[in-house]
Amino acid sequence: MRKMRRKGLASMAVQTVASTTDSAVDLGPAAALSCRECGHRVPLGPVFACEECFGPLEIAYDFSAYDTEELRKRIEAGPANIWRYAPLLPVPADVATKPNLNPGWTKLVQADNLARELGVDAGKLFVKDDSGNPTHSFKDRVVAQAIEAARAFGFTTLSCSSTGNLAGAVGAAAARAGFRSCVFIPHDLEQGKVVMAAVYGGELVGIEGNYDDVNRFCSELIGDPAGEGWGFVNVNLRPYYAEGSKTLAYEICEQLGWRLPDQIVIPIASGSQLTKIDKGLQELIKLGLVEDKPYKIFGAQAEGCSPVSTAYKAGHDVVRPQKPDTIAKSLAIGNPADGPYVLDIARRTGGAVEDVTDEQIVDAIKLLARSEGIFAETAGGVTVGVTKKLLESGALDPSSTTVVLNTGDGLKTLDAVAGTGLTATIRPSLESFREAGLV
Amino acid sequence: MSVTVRIPTILRTYTGGQAEVAAEGATLGEVIQDLEKNHTGIAARVLDDQGKLRRFVNVYVNDDDVRFEQGLETATPDGAGVSIIPAVAGG
Repeated sequence: MRKMRRKGLASMAVQTVASTTDSAVDLGPAAALSCRECGHRVPLGPVFACEECFGPLEIAYDFSAYDTEELRKRIEAGPANIWRYAPLLPVPADVATKPNLNPGWTKLVQADNLARELGVDAGKLFVKDDSGNPTHSFKDRVVAQAIEAARAFGFTTLSCSSTGNLAGAVGAAAARAGFRSCVFIPHDLEQGKVVMAAVYGGELVGIEGNYDDVNRFCSELIGDPAGEGWGFVNVNLRPYYAEGSKTLAYEICEQLGWRLPDQIVIPIASGSQLTKIDKGLQELIKLGLVEDKPYKIFGAQAEGCSPVSTAYKAGHDVVRPQKPDTIAKSLAIGNPADGPYVLDIARRTGGAVEDVTDEQIVDAIKLLARSEGIFAETAGGVTVGVTKKLLESGALDPSSTTVVLNTGDGLKTLDAVAGTGLTATIRPSLESFREAGLV
Repeated sequence: MSVTVRIPTILRTYTGGQAEVAAEGATLGEVIQDLEKNHTGIAARVLDDQGKLRRFVNVYVNDDDVRFEQGLETATPDGAGVSIIPAVAGG
């Protein structure tokens, strides 16, 4: 396989560094890139769109050598981070020894208090709390994959288009791994996210426009000599980067005792995370690590940026772009590239796609905080809010094992709950305390 | 109407490696047909079998995503810049 990869890399016409190197890439079980639309295969390289049909390229693996029980033991003996799943990811076998932020293995919280509030059976509702990652969002998972691909392809500068969380994850991972970073964000992001992205010392550029404008800019930069030699984690490294979301599926199942959940509620921005969680669950089934049984995937959007839920409700299989207007800025992608796949998965699994208003998002953030002690960013408010709405409509079964994702930390989106504050201001005396009615 | 078209990396095999080419046409559809005349094969990469824009292709006329405008019927005024970009995601 190594020889085949070497020949493939040397002969393909890819941009930037890989076109000038003939060294083999070692990305573990990753065998090739395959077009999700037409199946056209190309060798591993820093490319993201199919040259035949523009469809997204994704990793094709060779898992044929794995024995189920040996693999399970190897995973369980692995480190308490995503690298326990290295045999299922596009990374070299010795990945855990390289400088990386080592994210993952975040808590799966049994949310009995929230379950009681929402009318879910005790012991059936869980929150996968990814605010526990190194930069406090799930983005550390995907960036960790991109870093390894960037190393393999010889990039020295890391970049991305970001709604905020990714900018911080790239900045931090680049600092740790010794890359230069230069990342692009909409100019009007929440201050918490701007500071968290800037503090790691890389270059941070605000673009006058929304996320879709930033994304477009990066796509053009990558084809220009100015972007030569840059690894854009969510553009030319996207096939590798996106695989990081599979680790959410692996962890959820392992933390449930190697069982599939019955229902999962996942936020939708580009839709990539949802499609990769489905891919991860399918891999576990095929590898025999979990029982093959049905599960339902539910997508969650904010009403102010709901291109996928709008298409779902209208019965369409094409997603019409929208201009975002919501407090859930980490989900504010009006033209979600993986939207059509999200529709396919929601329909195939018997799930749904739903949206909630900004007011419902704020209520849900507060509900999760007061019931479980988890302070979610707005994306977590979206998933909890949608969970409540789907339970009320009967789309979610309250007696089935349900996992709700919280993908980021509330400290990043303090503005959303800005009205929350002091209960009272008193003089430092017992009399004043009593007068305030707090006894 | 004469316009400038930015060509993404994966289509530059059709333009001899050029990142930007000139084309003629009063609408995006006409511009793509004109591109095809001078760079044979490019239209089949951008359009599907029904002659519609492929779903993973984004096209902008100046700063406007043509999906918010009139698609292939979007007007391309003289001097306009047309960008063809593969759809990418992230966040």
